[in-house]
Amino acid sequence: MENNKNQESPMEKLERGNQKHGMGLKARRRIGNTFSYIGLVLISIIWITPFVFLVLQSFETAGTGWSASIIPSKFGFDNYVYLFSANADFNRWYFNTFIIALSLCIGQTAMQLAMAYVLSRFRFKMRKKLMNLMLILGMFPGFLTMIILYNVLKDLGLTQANAVPGLIIVGIASSGMGYYVIKGFFDTVSKSLDEAAMIDGATRAQVFVKVILPLAKPIVIYALLTAFMGPWGDYVFASYIAFGNPQGYNVAVGLFQWLTKEQIPYHYTHFCAGGVVVSIPVITLFLMLQRYYVEGVTGGAVKG
Amino acid sequence: MAMVPTEADIEALRLNPFQKFGRKFVNFFRRLPGRFVHLFVSIGLFFKKAFFGIGRFFRDLVLTFVHGKWWTKLSYLVMGTGNFAHKQIMRGCIFLLFEAAFVFYMVFAGGYWLGMLFSLGTRPTEEVESEEGWATIVEGDNSFKILLYGVLTVFFIVALLYTWYLNIKQCRVNEKLDEENKKLRYAKDDLRALVDREFYKTLLSLPTIGIVVFTIMPIVFMILVAFTNYDVNHTPPYKLFNWVGFDNFGQLFNWTSGSTSFAATFGEILVWTLIWAFFATFTNYFLGMLVALLINKKGIKFKKGWRTILVLTVTIPQFISLLYISKMFGENGIVNKAFMDWGWIDRPLPFWTDPMWAKITVIVINIWIGIPYLMLMVTGILMNIPADLYESAKIDGANPMQQYMKITLPYMLFVTGPYLLTSFTGNMNNFNVIYLLTGGGPKTGRLYQSAGQSNLLITWLYSMTVDDSNYALASVIGIMVFLVVALISVVVYNIIPSTRNEEDFS
Repeated sequence: MENNKNQESPMEKLERGNQKHGMGLKARRRIGNTFSYIGLVLISIIWITPFVFLVLQSFETAGTGWSASIIPSKFGFDNYVYLFSANADFNRWYFNTFIIALSLCIGQTAMQLAMAYVLSRFRFKMRKKLMNLMLILGMFPGFLTMIILYNVLKDLGLTQANAVPGLIIVGIASSGMGYYVIKGFFDTVSKSLDEAAMIDGATRAQVFVKVILPLAKPIVIYALLTAFMGPWGDYVFASYIAFGNPQGYNVAVGLFQWLTKEQIPYHYTHFCAGGVVVSIPVITLFLMLQRYYVEGVTGGAVKG
Repeated sequence: MAMVPTEADIEALRLNPFQKFGRKFVNFFRRLPGRFVHLFVSIGLFFKKAFFGIGRFFRDLVLTFVHGKWWTKLSYLVMGTGNFAHKQIMRGCIFLLFEAAFVFYMVFAGGYWLGMLFSLGTRPTEEVESEEGWATIVEGDNSFKILLYGVLTVFFIVALLYTWYLNIKQCRVNEKLDEENKKLRYAKDDLRALVDREFYKTLLSLPTIGIVVFTIMPIVFMILVAFTNYDVNHTPPYKLFNWVGFDNFGQLFNWTSGSTSFAATFGEILVWTLIWAFFATFTNYFLGMLVALLINKKGIKFKKGWRTILVLTVTIPQFISLLYISKMFGENGIVNKAFMDWGWIDRPLPFWTDPMWAKITVIVINIWIGIPYLMLMVTGILMNIPADLYESAKIDGANPMQQYMKITLPYMLFVTGPYLLTSFTGNMNNFNVIYLLTGGGPKTGRLYQSAGQSNLLITWLYSMTVDDSNYALASVIGIMVFLVVALISVVVYNIIPSTRNEEDFS
């Protein structure tokens, strides 16, 4: 350490530094913090504003068309009532999305856990090749496969009105490729735990279920959460598979077409209300499980 | 790479991260020739190994046949016989059933698809007027299905060949164990291994099948489509498409018709994609870090509250926030109206209608989207920076700026290097932000077909398939995206300070 060479003790040096600036540490910090607070308030306003506008406009009852005024000219819950009335398809979209989200939540997590556990714990001949293959496959733009998957699903009768099972199958099938974050977590769990359990006579399957999974609770929750949140915003593939049949839409596709040129005069405020309704479950879940999400994001970034 | 550090290497440890990056960048290209030589040598070695491997493979096949008992010999034709002879009923049944299924499939369907694969069909479906004047549809070939099921059949054949090889290998192993009077593995042992020593096979089976069927096969298919003329004029079943070789790739170099040519449009969109990815990645990265530092500053209260406010944007499904913001900035949207009411402007700002404006607006709004995510990530990493680093820096009299440049930034760059790479390539393929904000527009008609000015390659690919039904060229774009992403990944991975080629941060 270089500072060992210094004759002065560290505290003396600090004090001297403060005297030189002619201001106490506290005073400087207070001024600095004031600026920081101003910055933070500004940032918060910028980030929150669109949502406030969205919520405000969702209460507009004077008309359902496009409007650039933020404050509703007539305040009421008509838009929300419309969403869940019998003649709106929104019920159906909401239900579709919920089913998809729930299925993917379970399916994707299971696939990723399996893949991550294998790649973290087993050493077999094809392991490295498999990892490289998945890395390379990940570099192909996903849309490339859209056309063919659409046609395959069409042959199986899983498009348009029946889009939901189709979307679930496609969503789960290749999800094993997203194993990185979970594997990163498994890698940090000591292997001596596995070995100890195996000496006690546990099979590899038992080690996985009874030793590793309970330990991996935070990352499992992270995987469940991201898998559940995904489908609420999935537009591209869903719109392609449900092509033109409102029965098979999810909320993203449904709300998106409410904003097209033809629909916007009738459905703009419905879109706003729909946006609020869609956000509520996701936000609630997220706020409840925020801790796990943050852990996953940080871990995933570091391990890449 | 184990290399003896030279004096220059040691010197380099004292450089700041940007200089380090520059040095690595130069070094990468300086070492390139050597790497090429190395590459060719290893290709040579690979072929040598491969040839020997193939030789040994066939020798083993022949020797097993010659020395084998009658059941081993029969296994070459009827899979699983060798297993049955050794009372490995389960394995035998699986082999036999697989072969039966294969034969059944090839006779009733596979043969047809495979035979048609070379021509992709000759008779389109037609409407024929019968003698009574009824229009009847006479079904013909369907190029799409031929290609699809042709690929499927090829995959099936490969799977069979592999199983066939396994079957023979097992015969060999069994006979050897027999000679040595060792115990064979029966169904019970197999099943037990599948939950224990070979548990990985059980776990991998489903994900692998999923990836092969829903990712690999479609990708193979789409790569093949790039070599056909599958477009709006050749859409089965009424019009068939055909193999055209490298014609589509040739279009990438055909600049004759100016800026509306495919080649020029591709070049322009590729450049914008790279610019976009650069700005989207680095504006988010540095501003996100700034916000995180601001929130984590000592003495700031309600840390959790500030964080939650920002994180709300990550939580709300992107399509809602993006679509809403896209309308906010529309020609008569909230923003323009407010500005006009306040008398700042006379006529609406062309946020989405002017190409330059659109590009800048997209980048700015992307900052709004990306910062919360970055903030979360950075916060987590900041907490991992050893506090004593700051302590000793403070004692040495470093001001906050110096602390940031000498400790925080190098640490962040070191830890998040791989993330920056994936973020860059992820942004190149960031469909949502572009599509939901601009829809690829404004469409000025200056580019090829329906390409808009703010399209990324990925959104262009999308509109090419959905709006123009130009599948062949879309596949070409897809392949090019892959090549660009792969190239960038390889180059950057060799440059960034990753855990692999640099000891610890100190």
